[in-house]
Parts: sequence; structure tokens; C-alpha cells
Amino acid sequence: MNDLWTTCVTAIIQLLSGDPLLWGIVGVSFSVSVSALLVALLPALSAGFVLAYFRFPGRWIAISLLNSLLAVPTVVVGLVLYMLLSRAGPLGDLNLLFTQPAMIIGQILLCFPLLVAMSLTAFQAADHRVLETAKTLGANPWQAFVTLIFEVRFALLAAVVAAFGRIIAEVGSAMMVGGNILHHTRNITTAIALETGKGEFVQGVALGIVLLVLALVLNVSLGWMQSRSRVLRHGT
Amino acid sequence: MRYIQLLLKRGALATALVLLSGLVLADSIRLATTTSTYNSGLMGYLLSHYAKVSNTEVQVISVGTGKALKMAENGDVDLVMTHAPVAEAHFIDQGFGIEAQRVMHNDFVLVGPKDDKAQVSGARTVTQGLSLIMATNQQFISRGDDSGTHKKELQLWQHLGALPTFDGYFESGRGMGHSLQMASEIGAYTMSDRGTWLALKNKLELRLVLESDPRLINPYQVMLVNPKRHGHANINSARQFAKWLVGAAGQEAIGNFRIDDEVLFVPSARSIIQ
Repeated sequence: MNDLWTTCVTAIIQLLSGDPLLWGIVGVSFSVSVSALLVALLPALSAGFVLAYFRFPGRWIAISLLNSLLAVPTVVVGLVLYMLLSRAGPLGDLNLLFTQPAMIIGQILLCFPLLVAMSLTAFQAADHRVLETAKTLGANPWQAFVTLIFEVRFALLAAVVAAFGRIIAEVGSAMMVGGNILHHTRNITTAIALETGKGEFVQGVALGIVLLVLALVLNVSLGWMQSRSRVLRHGT
Repeated sequence: MRYIQLLLKRGALATALVLLSGLVLADSIRLATTTSTYNSGLMGYLLSHYAKVSNTEVQVISVGTGKALKMAENGDVDLVMTHAPVAEAHFIDQGFGIEAQRVMHNDFVLVGPKDDKAQVSGARTVTQGLSLIMATNQQFISRGDDSGTHKKELQLWQHLGALPTFDGYFESGRGMGHSLQMASEIGAYTMSDRGTWLALKNKLELRLVLESDPRLINPYQVMLVNPKRHGHANINSARQFAKWLVGAAGQEAIGNFRIDDEVLFVPSARSIIQ
């Protein structure tokens, strides 16, 4: 217990002292996960919208498939992507293995199903009158889509936070296709795996603290925004 | 609305920048090597020396020997440094790699719980030590990950003429550091390369029980990916780095690397295979 305490304190000191190596690793995590999220967001929201508002053959199969994809382990996504991107694989000529773009692709694959599934739920829960009103007022499909997104923005924000949480915390795919190369593809989670292997628990805990603080900030600000909106709506 | 559009635009821009940054071509090579050379700190130490004489950035991927050789076979790295002579000979014979050169060696050690219940420290040879562990059915953690250390350990059991099938024999499936920590937590024996053992021993409830058997020697070789199979490999820069490793400067740096005043790796670039 005492050991854990000193480890945590040392970790916090190391973080606050602005250790460049440590913060560089944090930076890789962020640039990769934010990029993945930005690329996946609009296609995923569109897919969620289509699934929520259009009836077409195979719709239920698509939704079931999507929900099953949520259960795929990150390391399996990593393995499949590794085999595709390897020089011996079909996409080897792209020269992407062991680079940040490879990690980004892996994380896009991981967060896409989650974003679609959660936005689908959000769109389904939205008041159908919103869309009908928009249409009556002469909105084209794109404007209707944007109006609806605005209407369910908090549920979508929750989806984004959940998706970000999944990909910034994943280690399987990042390790496989990133290769854990210092200054290039070493992110928070792969660094934790490496440092614990070396018995360097302090750095592992320090990076764990960053992840925890980040999750706290995201969720607290989301909760705050939601409570604000309720206050505005009900005027209490 | 405009705000969201702006955000999306910025996002796309940021993404494009990140994607581009991966493609910027500075001279760099990729080296797949084993956890024993990376986690001990040797690789970082050598690269800091190499950076003084070369502009080539060496990107290190540290995995088990089996996986490292596979990466080289597939052409996903430019060169590889491993420690499994039999697998390496096969790798060269198959034409997957070229220009194999001895770089250095260290040795393996048997470590175990401080009370050494199997009294391995009384054994004269490593096979005798292992048979004592098996006979007293003590716990033994095997890497079980097709690494150089794992291959070596299996060879030693073969010398003993026995398959390690006793109840106390576990496969961790993890790297040397993790396996040593597991052994420490449950009071088991394990076999480690000396480098990782020295780097971690202060954090472990284990002690060295057997060393210095000639069978425990652990030679490292560097090999280049075969450019005939993989024309894209940065073979010239890889060859330069390999030359530096086996040359005077690299060999001296290897010999100077220490942890707690102990030499971890002995430079031994002499016998050149092929």
C-alpha cells in the first residue's frame, strides 16, 4: 500500500515537472485518437441517421452486425490490419505498417461501430416531429440531418466521449500496427505495457493518471453541459 | 452551425497533417530486436552513440525473436538482431536474410525463489539444475512465446531427454520482464538472459541459482533483410548500421554498457557466417 502511494506521488511529480518524453507519449495518444475520431465521426453519424430513418432490406442485419462488431477485441482488429498492411499483405505497398496512420486506421475501425450504434439510438430517441417540422418548413435532407443532429447533440456528444474513451484506452491494435516505436508510435497504453514489463511502475502509473484525469474532465464537462441545457429548457 | 462546420474543417486539416507527417521522408531504418536488448537499455545506449556519427534514425521494434524474424521475412523491417542460432540459420538458409554477423553475447541464468527449495544452486550443470526442479516438482515459468529465450529453454529440456510436463511448469506467454515478475510473485524458478535479470533484480524477490554453464551462452546476430525479396528495404542504411555495430566503435560501446557496474553484453563480432 505504502509502495503504491509513493509510486503515485512520484508519478504526479514526474508529470508536473513536464518530462518531455512522458508528454511526447501523451501527445502521440492524442493526435492518433483525435484524428481517428474526426475521420470516423461524420460517416458514422450519417450511417446512424440512415439506419434510424430509412427502412430498407437488410437493415436489421446491418444493425446486428454493427452490435457484434462492438464485441471484437482490439487485438483482433490489430491483427487483421497488421496482415493487410504488412509487406507480405495486400496493402503492403502503402508502406503504412508501424506508422501513426496505421494506428489511426485501427482506431477508426474500433470507434466506427460504437459511434454508429450510439448515434442510431440517439436518433431513434429523438422526437420525430423535429424532422417532420423541418421538412414542412422546406428543409432539404442535408438541412434536416443537421437540424436533427443539433436536436440530439448531447446524446451524440456522449457517443463521441464513449468512442474516444474506447480508442484512447486501447492497447491491442496500437501495439500490433504501431510497433511501439519511441517518438513515433509509442502512445500511453503501449508505453504502460512496456514500462511494466521493465518493472518501471512509476512511469506506468503516471501515464495511467493522465488517462484517468482525461476521462474525468471529459465526463464532468459533459455532465455539466447536460445539466445546463436542462436548466435552460425548463427554466428552473 | 457555422461553428460545427469550422470544427469539421479544422479536423480534416489536422488529419491530413498527421497523415502527411507519417510520409515525410527522413532517412530512417527499422530494426526488429528482442526485448532483452531493448528493455535492458542497451539499444537506447547504442543509438545515442550512433546518432553522433550518422543521420539515419533507427526505429526500434522490440518483440520476441520468433516475431522479429517473421517481421524481417515479411519485409516489414530493414534489419533484425536476435539470439536464436538455429532459427537464424534457418532464416538465412531460406533466403529471408543476408549478411548474418555475430555482434555480442551474454548468457542465460537460472533464477529462483530465495529459499531455493529445489537446491538448484548445488547443481553443477544446467541440465542437472533443471532436473532438480522437475524432480521436486517446483514451479517453473517458461516464456512460451517462441522467443530466443524460450527456444533455448526448450533445447535444454531436450538435452535432459525429458519434456517439461511436470505440474509446476507454466507458460507465461509474455516477455522476460513480465515473466520474471510473475516468478517473483509466486516464488517460481525461471530462465532469464543475464541483461534483463540484472536490470530487474533489485525489484524482484528472486536470486540467481545457476550460471556459467557453457550451454547457457547466448549469442546475438544481426542480419539484413534480403533485398532480392524486398526491394523497398532501406538496405544501404541498414548495412551501415550493422557495420557500425560490428565495427570498433559499436563494439566498444557494447562493452562499455553497464548496469550497476556490471557488464551486460560482451562484444564478440568475430565469426562471420556466410
